[in-house]
Amino acid sequence: MSVSVRDLVVGRGGVPVLAGLSFDVAPGHALILRGPNGAGKTTLLRTLAGLQPPMSGTVTPNPESIAYGAHRDGMKGQLTVEENLQFWAGLHGLGRGDAVSRAMDVFDLGRLADRLAQHLSAGQGRRLGLARLMLTGRPIWCLDEPTVSLDAENTGRFAGMVRDHLETGGIAIIATHIDLGLSGDVLDVTPHRARARELMAL
Amino acid sequence: MLAVRAGGGFGLGLAFFLIVVVLVPFGVGPETGRLALIAPGVLWIGALLACLLSLDRIFALDREDGALDLLVTAPLPLEALVLGKSLAHWLTTGLPLCLAAPALGILLNLGWPGHLWLFVSLLIGTPALSLIGAFGAALTVGLRRGGMLLSILVLPLYVPTLLFGAEIARRGTEGMAVGTVLALLGAVTLGCLAVLPFAAAAALRVNLR
Repeated sequence: MSVSVRDLVVGRGGVPVLAGLSFDVAPGHALILRGPNGAGKTTLLRTLAGLQPPMSGTVTPNPESIAYGAHRDGMKGQLTVEENLQFWAGLHGLGRGDAVSRAMDVFDLGRLADRLAQHLSAGQGRRLGLARLMLTGRPIWCLDEPTVSLDAENTGRFAGMVRDHLETGGIAIIATHIDLGLSGDVLDVTPHRARARELMAL
Repeated sequence: MLAVRAGGGFGLGLAFFLIVVVLVPFGVGPETGRLALIAPGVLWIGALLACLLSLDRIFALDREDGALDLLVTAPLPLEALVLGKSLAHWLTTGLPLCLAAPALGILLNLGWPGHLWLFVSLLIGTPALSLIGAFGAALTVGLRRGGMLLSILVLPLYVPTLLFGAEIARRGTEGMAVGTVLALLGAVTLGCLAVLPFAAAAALRVNLR
């Protein structure tokens, strides 16, 4: 399954942010989004994930096959690390089997399995949030600044996880400022920023 | 799905209900006849306000920690999410209120069959309160200080439930027939169940943009 975007215009609060986006990502490839703060990387990822409708243009496939990883991890502080992962695994129909323990192994979370999520450090919380991706069972990952608050070792683990995902035919679209050493294209969104001219046309 | 319930802090509603009901005799005086007369209404209003307290937590907590975005993209229909959330709210707020209300009726000198009918009316009526509340919470989820607006939106919608619920408890206490009102209250709850999950899901989608 490959991602195909045609003439996409995305906006925030009814104002177009990025316009004229067209790109393809083949299975096993990553697309790195770059651009200054406020350029619209998050808005683009939220649109791809189906959290907001595109202002115009098309995105295939539909959001059903996309897993979205946001700035905030969405983990419940009152539940333990393992319970949090178990919940998301159950929601995505992967509750049985060893999916949860495999996801914990990737980021070495086994030691923290019984720790309440509210007692995790920022980096540990991030690792928990990223481990969730493994439990969605979805081929396309849309990630927004996934390496924030990760140390070098865990950034390496994350890159390894994405590489494994790509090797099994998955796709990753990642907004990041650091070099993850992934094979894939880089899309700088800066030239696509919606200008006043396009505002008038709409 | 019920793990979502771990949002926590729902026990407050019950404590609030208790305090309201205990305060009423101080306010209106200890005359037992008068207390018994207003007891069904006071208990129902108390339950309704207690229910209101925890409404803004239904979606706001999930929005703050980002879980709402992830839930929306999960392979679960948004309508089912709303239903699950309403059920969780009812289990943690409505059900304890139903169980506590007959006991608190004693404090207000509620007559005997009244306890039973109060319990029945709350049991049938409180699911509607949770469903309407979830709809209100979905409408206001993106707003700062949405709690106040939520109360103003939701309270008028609570009127039919309150009207029929208190009427059942009053009629039951006086030994009159309750069948018709019971059917009307049931109709309100079932109507909410049929319509509001869809309305709330639509409101959530708009608010997440």
